[in-house]
Amino acid sequence: MSSSVADTKPGDLPRTPRDWVPLLLVPALMVLAAPLFGNVSSWVTLTTAGLAMGMMIFLMASGLTLVFGLMDVINFGHGVFISLGAYATLLVLGPLAAWGEADSLVLNLSLLGLCILAAMAVTAAVGMLFERVIVRPVYGSHLKQILVTVGGLIVAEQFIHAIWGASPITVALPQTLRGAFVFGDVAIERYRVIAVVIGLAVFGLMHLVLNRTRIGLLIRAGVENAEMVESLGYRIRRLFVSVFVAGSALAGLGGVMWAFYRQTLTAGMGMDVMVLVFIVIIIGGLGSIGGCFVGSLLIALTANYVGFLAPKLALVSNILVMALVLIWRPQGLFPVNRQ
Amino acid sequence: MAEAILTLEGVHTHIGPYHILQGVSFGIARGELTMLLGRNGAGKTTTLRTIMGLWQASSGRITFDGREITASATPDIARSGIAYVPESMGIFTGLTVRENIVLAARSGPVDPARLDWILGLFPALRRFWDLPAGNLSGGQKQMLAIARAIAEPRRLLLVDEPTKGLAPVMIRSMIEAFQALKAAGETILLVEQNFHAASVLGDRAVVIDDGRVAHQGPMSELVADTDLQQRLLGLSMDTHQ
Ligand SMILES: Nc1ncnc2c1ncn2[C@@H]1O[C@H](COP(=O)(O)OP(=O)(O)O)[C@@H](O)[C@H]1O
Ligand SMILES: [Mg+2]
Repeated sequence: MSSSVADTKPGDLPRTPRDWVPLLLVPALMVLAAPLFGNVSSWVTLTTAGLAMGMMIFLMASGLTLVFGLMDVINFGHGVFISLGAYATLLVLGPLAAWGEADSLVLNLSLLGLCILAAMAVTAAVGMLFERVIVRPVYGSHLKQILVTVGGLIVAEQFIHAIWGASPITVALPQTLRGAFVFGDVAIERYRVIAVVIGLAVFGLMHLVLNRTRIGLLIRAGVENAEMVESLGYRIRRLFVSVFVAGSALAGLGGVMWAFYRQTLTAGMGMDVMVLVFIVIIIGGLGSIGGCFVGSLLIALTANYVGFLAPKLALVSNILVMALVLIWRPQGLFPVNRQ
Repeated sequence: MAEAILTLEGVHTHIGPYHILQGVSFGIARGELTMLLGRNGAGKTTTLRTIMGLWQASSGRITFDGREITASATPDIARSGIAYVPESMGIFTGLTVRENIVLAARSGPVDPARLDWILGLFPALRRFWDLPAGNLSGGQKQMLAIARAIAEPRRLLLVDEPTKGLAPVMIRSMIEAFQALKAAGETILLVEQNFHAASVLGDRAVVIDDGRVAHQGPMSELVADTDLQQRLLGLSMDTHQ
């Protein structure tokens, strides 16, 4: 899109150094935690669990951070899309149960892929409706946004109860995705590897879109200064609706991954992770996708390590991580200069 | 006055409970550079924001190129051919200089010849082309803000205090850039506190005071009339560089 501008590419000034320090936090945490475990295998298990969980939290949180950054909209109802995405797997798992039982990697992965497609389609559609009916009337007022989106959340959970019943539903992982890859006495669960791969792929894709496409540039510009984007002749509301819908679909994707991870569905499962999602968004820097990614990994790794070493501190530890990050960088890991 | 491309007729603007513009009327002629002058807090920025639809006029009429835009949305006003450089410049600091300009060109890649012309006006931008715009100095940001406004041909440029806070050498090159824009036939509405810059650049002057137009006429008339300057702008001689 910008090739003709790039033709005039002048000079050979050095690029400004990237802000690497926050990126180093994740490996640093992994290395520093290692000696606390008596053996390699539990460290590997917890680290892969943490990375997998981090990727899922990233999927759930990434849309929300952009929604906030772009229009200053606080959406407490975002958890709905996680639950809804999780339940949407039933639409596929019902008719195609045989694909999950088959001892075929291709069929099993196709089943997972179809679950993801169904969930993203459902959550994108509901996201569009949610934006139109619930969010749009309360632009500009945080208090109303909180009240109304919490209301939307309650209503949506009741819908899930009405359609699928109130009791928890068990979902089974497709046959070949169960179990672990074993290397000596170290075991890595297969599904966690898949979650990490999907998380990395989505992160890479988002990075490309945000940095290499016009719509991505507009989103980043809009997060900084929405009024200027409008003054340049772009309709920020349209941009916002697309981001809201994409964010809902990503939460739906996160919901599918989360559903197979827990192997249980409850209407409140989305709401349950929202505390972590909000922590991640805050420590990442509101509106920053990179920060959201690093924050998700930090929080999930901490939760897994502490959950094993000192289970009683599991809840406190995330708050502690948030406090430490904010003391170091009050605007989050990657502050976005918002006007 | 030549044919007006933009006219304001009895425009009132309220910001919350405050009645800021209280019946502003003036016109801008095609191909001219009109200075919008007035003391701090007179309502210059509010006038530009009202034209852009960033504040809604509560009454009155704004017409651009024969079409009423009073109640239009900001993106539509921009698309009708008005470019706006706000007082705060509105640079996207996380985007590179190139990306800032790419976004300003709505209809696709910037015409290479035009880009050469723009980078000729503001050579510093060439050096920082692929750096985040947040790294630029204040003067360079101002240059980028103007470069962005002219990335594609527009019918009217609204520029709010482009010399604010700049070093004298920067002010001089800014004046030269506007002279080049005038020579290229651009129609410009320029808010300026630097009276020297205003007197060099202005074809006509509109002076706002307390939300009303207190004077309008040829710039040369205002330059010649120090009493008028004293009264409307509160100028003392030392602001004349
Ligand atoms: N956002 C705002 N809220 C309330 N009052 C404002 C706001 N912006 C400007 N004003 C008031 O409007 C008047 C005109 O401001 P402005 O148009 O910015 O003046 P100028 O650009 O001529 O210095 C000032 O009295 C200012 O205090
Ligand atoms: Mg002003």
